[in-house]
Amino acid sequence: MRDDDKKIEISNLRVTYGEKEALKGISLDVYENEILSIIGPAQSGKTTLLKVINRTIDLVPDAKVQGTAKVDGENVRDVKSVYQLRRKIGMVFPLPVGLPLSIYDNVAFAPRAAGIRNRKDLDAIVEHCLQQAALWDEVKDRLDSLGTRLSGGQQQRLTIARALSHQPEILCLDEFSIAVDPVTTMRIEDVLKELRSQVTIILVTNLVQQARRLADRTAFLLNGELIEIDINEVIFSDSPANQMTYDYVSGTFG
Amino acid sequence: MTGKQETVSLFKPKLGGADTGLQKELATGNESFFTTTPFDRKKRLTEIVAKSVLLLMTLLMVIPLILIVCYLLYKAFPVLSLDFLFTNPTRGMRAGGIWAALLGTMYLVVISLLVSAPIGVLAAIYLSEYAGDNWLTRIINLAVVNLAGVPSIVHALFGVGAFVLFARMGRSILAASLTLAIMTLPVIIAATNEALRAVPMAFREACWNVGATRWQTIRSIVLPNSISGILTGIILQVSRAAGETAPIMFTGAVFYKAISEGDPFAYGLFDQCMALSMHLFTISTQVPGVPEAVPYGTAVVLLGTVLLVNMLAIVLRMYLRSRKKW
Ligand SMILES: Nc1ncnc2c1ncn2[C@@H]1O[C@H](COP(=O)(O)OP(=O)(O)OP(=O)(O)O)[C@@H](O)[C@H]1O
Ligand SMILES: [Mg+2]
Repeated sequence: MRDDDKKIEISNLRVTYGEKEALKGISLDVYENEILSIIGPAQSGKTTLLKVINRTIDLVPDAKVQGTAKVDGENVRDVKSVYQLRRKIGMVFPLPVGLPLSIYDNVAFAPRAAGIRNRKDLDAIVEHCLQQAALWDEVKDRLDSLGTRLSGGQQQRLTIARALSHQPEILCLDEFSIAVDPVTTMRIEDVLKELRSQVTIILVTNLVQQARRLADRTAFLLNGELIEIDINEVIFSDSPANQMTYDYVSGTFG
Repeated sequence: MTGKQETVSLFKPKLGGADTGLQKELATGNESFFTTTPFDRKKRLTEIVAKSVLLLMTLLMVIPLILIVCYLLYKAFPVLSLDFLFTNPTRGMRAGGIWAALLGTMYLVVISLLVSAPIGVLAAIYLSEYAGDNWLTRIINLAVVNLAGVPSIVHALFGVGAFVLFARMGRSILAASLTLAIMTLPVIIAATNEALRAVPMAFREACWNVGATRWQTIRSIVLPNSISGILTGIILQVSRAAGETAPIMFTGAVFYKAISEGDPFAYGLFDQCMALSMHLFTISTQVPGVPEAVPYGTAVVLLGTVLLVNMLAIVLRMYLRSRKKW
């Protein structure tokens, strides 16, 4: 992996919510077309990191960000259009959110917001994204029914379809399997494996085995500090650089 | 009937005759699951008492209401007719109809809402969707809530000072409507705020995450899902604007003014006008020798207008609810 393959560069990133320090100066890079998983116990700042990357941290009133996060070599704080930045990044959060719109409109929402009006183009995007999210076969006959009426697992795949609908170059998933059954989880994991050739994936997960199965590299966050980041072969070996990493991935942590 | 007998009689028929393990389990093994403890009985008693008290209070509230309506209708019966609606009062307001007052009230209500509804809704959208949480917005929100509770006579005084005198509108429909608008504005803002807050934050975040702007999010997700609450808030203010006397008394309403009958454009913006609420006050306290049925008839029309508008609100709300999507 060479330097010009860097999709995201984070250096010395420090985030505070009021008094609370959520990220204590972390640095890491994400390479193009890899799956980087981020593991760590609750409150370690994983979600915060994702929010910095697509700058939705701006929408948290008392959050303060120091240090830099670059996407494609451009500091996210200096981008010309934050909306363009967000379209470059697909986000999937732990709880599925079906927008109170039809299934079709759920997926067409982002393209429409980006200015695509042509029905044919929208149709194509909707079908393509639903197929990518392994949901098309289940919903193709009822695209007009409400997205909020789908089951939890289907809604999560709908959320993934929506995250793909603006053709992102980076896909961030934050504990996507929390509200999803194991079978659906496996299906989504298969989807991710297929997507890896097209997009860069950041996979935040509290399932250590999921990180091991899917990722090329894994980062271990703990209380806002980056304990270790390395290729999976090292992180999940008997001798990662840090003892805490070993304890965490082998389940003897704490 | 004790709790135990009741549960047994409930379960027997459902299980039928088959001697299943489940039935045995129910009949014997899990006895304690279905027996009522003293605590259960107490809970049930509390439940019955609470329900009865609540029902009683509901009746206490509804019965007088029905009685009032019936009494009004009965007293007003001799004058109730279409003519009553569409003719001016005559013979020193002792005969004739209420056309000038009815039309005046409509002017006042419609114009005041045309002013207060857009301003109120847009201001509320700004306050709840755009403005951050800082001391300024907190003060504004506090002011809004407090203004909503200010007595209408205070708004009347403000109206006299600001519109009649300062803005030189004189006593006119415009000045009176604006005074009513000032009175309804804070309530509309508060109601709209409520309705907007009821839309889950997760929807907004989901939109922002895919690169939608705040306005795109508001237009396509937030407003469609809060419009029923917003409209209800606005429409409830119709009855308030129609019913208040104080704010219009000093700013544009008059005791008597004859206008051309049946012409909906009989008033101009800078005319003074009659209004139902004030007319009712006048004929029941200021004019001697008014036949009893006339004030009651006026009251019925005022009540009818308000009920009609509220009914409209309910229907509209039901319609919009049915389209609400989560
Ligand atoms: N909006 C907020 N306001 C204040 N504090 C916050 C906010 N969001 C997160 N925090 C705090 O920042 C710290 C890191 O939170 P974050 O959500 O990034 O953790 P996480 O690793 O994603 O945890 P989890 O695994 O539970 O999702 C926590 O201590 C949390 O309480
Ligand atoms: Mg999290």
